[in-house]
Amino acid sequence: MERIRQITGRAVPVPGDAIDTDRILPARFMKVVTFDGLGRHLFHDERFAPDGTPKPHPLNDPRYQGARILLVGSSFGSGSSREHAPQAIRRAGFQALIGESFAEIFFGNATAIGLVCVRLAPDALQTLVQTVQADPTTLVTIDLEARTVRYAGREAPLEIREAARRAFLEGRWDPLDELLEAEPSIEALDRRMPCPGRAGSY
Amino acid sequence: MAGPKSLYEKVWEAHTVRTLPGGLTQLFIDLHLIHEVTSPQAFGMLRERGLRVRCPHRTFATVDHIVPTHRRTEPFEDPLADAMIQEIRKNTRDFGIPLFDLTSGRQGIVHVVGPEQGLTHPGMTIACGDSHTSTHGAFGAIAFGIGTTQVRDVLATQTLAVPKLKVRRINVNGRLAPGVYAKDVILHIIRTLGVKGGIGYAYEYGGEVIERFSMEERMTVCNMSIEGGARIGYVNPDEKTFAYLKGRPYAPKGAEWDRAVAYWRALASDPGCPYDDVVEIQAEEIAPTVTWGLNPGQAISIEEKIPHPEDLPPEARPAAWEALRHMKLEPGRPIQGTPIDVAFIGSCTNARVSDFREVAKHLKGHRVKPGVRAIAVPGSERVAQQCEEEGIAEVFREAGFEWRGAGCSLCLAMNPDKLEGDQLCASSSNRNFKGRQGSPTGRTVLMSPVMVAAAAVTGVISDAREVFGLA
Repeated sequence: MERIRQITGRAVPVPGDAIDTDRILPARFMKVVTFDGLGRHLFHDERFAPDGTPKPHPLNDPRYQGARILLVGSSFGSGSSREHAPQAIRRAGFQALIGESFAEIFFGNATAIGLVCVRLAPDALQTLVQTVQADPTTLVTIDLEARTVRYAGREAPLEIREAARRAFLEGRWDPLDELLEAEPSIEALDRRMPCPGRAGSY
Repeated sequence: MAGPKSLYEKVWEAHTVRTLPGGLTQLFIDLHLIHEVTSPQAFGMLRERGLRVRCPHRTFATVDHIVPTHRRTEPFEDPLADAMIQEIRKNTRDFGIPLFDLTSGRQGIVHVVGPEQGLTHPGMTIACGDSHTSTHGAFGAIAFGIGTTQVRDVLATQTLAVPKLKVRRINVNGRLAPGVYAKDVILHIIRTLGVKGGIGYAYEYGGEVIERFSMEERMTVCNMSIEGGARIGYVNPDEKTFAYLKGRPYAPKGAEWDRAVAYWRALASDPGCPYDDVVEIQAEEIAPTVTWGLNPGQAISIEEKIPHPEDLPPEARPAAWEALRHMKLEPGRPIQGTPIDVAFIGSCTNARVSDFREVAKHLKGHRVKPGVRAIAVPGSERVAQQCEEEGIAEVFREAGFEWRGAGCSLCLAMNPDKLEGDQLCASSSNRNFKGRQGSPTGRTVLMSPVMVAAAAVTGVISDAREVFGLA
């Protein structure tokens, strides 16, 4: 698994707090049995009118094309547990999000697919957003080792759950291999713990 | 660790496989519920790696999200929906997982079906690829929503890598006034603590109101914990919990039942156990509550006026302006009297038999206002059947409601039930997000089922206490 120490790229601010996963990926695009192609529906109803014409939205703004980092507000990814939302972000070419805070399930889903979510203090985030809006070519670096976000000669301390930070640095953000290692203990718990419909559970 | 413990602490300890190198807990999952929308990719990942389903006996499937509620005969009109149903049939067949399929008599919304089949027990850890898994916490289970990669993890290992949460005790004290329901209680809690107030917490609900609540009312409260940012909400198990479970298909039987009850009783939070936070809510302060905005925390009592964004804290203002623009509502005006286009009673929050019973009691003799489309969607086939047997469905039909088959329906609009254009829907569901009910410009106002019925018969957002003479 890939070790993720630093991510450098241009950024695009998507303003607003508590942007829910229904907005990130509307439910009708979840009628799929794979995650392929979800990237093109990212923020669909925010970006396109019902007749398909593009609306003013940072992701439709040519100045931000090719950005790899999303700048978001607080409680990003609230609502539905759909992994389709972070999958759409990943498949639209983004590698990381910088925000004020993230909803729990979204954060877990994103981390497990190697999509890095880090937090900045509100003031620091605002300065970063203003800098990027003034100059969309600004290169932003998320440095997980140094725990900082650097851009345009500035530096701000980032926050991220330590378990997630270490998982990225050590290349074990997908937990499946680790979980599989505990098989003997799992076997014991499966025998011991209550199971619906299984006689002798209690 | 000695000393009094919360239920969360006890269940967590009993299910801990180990602490992972990064500091997360590897937690054993007693019950894994799956449905057609968030599972196919997980099975795909399993096949890619040549893995088996670790505990098919702990995995149960149903279909709910994309199931049409109007014409349920197959093939469905929507080939994408059809493909998803075929996919879960194939996956559950290949891996030996029981499926509550259409017309099995057991199909329905996963969070309605789990409790009614007796799959949900106190003290269990329960996971499901759906954020409203918190519903099962009503039984004193630690139940939470997960993403598809985590569905894969549970399928492959019956465990998850998860962070331990803090616990906030929420006491709802006193007595609710007539016409105030569990839905109003949870909307009031979310309004009070905020939509991100629960991030990092499990909510333990208690106090006289919660204790007096039926299991179904407790499910309504726990269901919307996620709307307050808490991934988990639970109520300590008590005699009502045991009475609800007794005799259900997957509940323990005979002598084992007695052992189970003794075990469940001991799981409740110990008196004097430490909490990370305690919040007191007074029941007398809760009135029928409705949302005016784009998240469930943007709520007011039916007696209040729509807030002016400039009266809110500075950080809440941009979202409030955006909400009012989308909802086409004017600040400073009463929310009562706002015309509605659609009335929806259903969803995992409010589609249990008690919800329809309560509404039928008041709806009898009333007619849905011409021009309003009123839809009633039972949460499960069993609920639908009970409503037929008790004459409830007939009351709804006579009043002018469309009485539908079981499914998620207009809560998230993955089936043909959708809002059109900027229609305004009085809804008993759980989310008023922009576009949630199928139209990017559609508008959702959340409220209790009885309030939805009041809106349906008057054609405007109304105080059900006045419409139905509840005193």
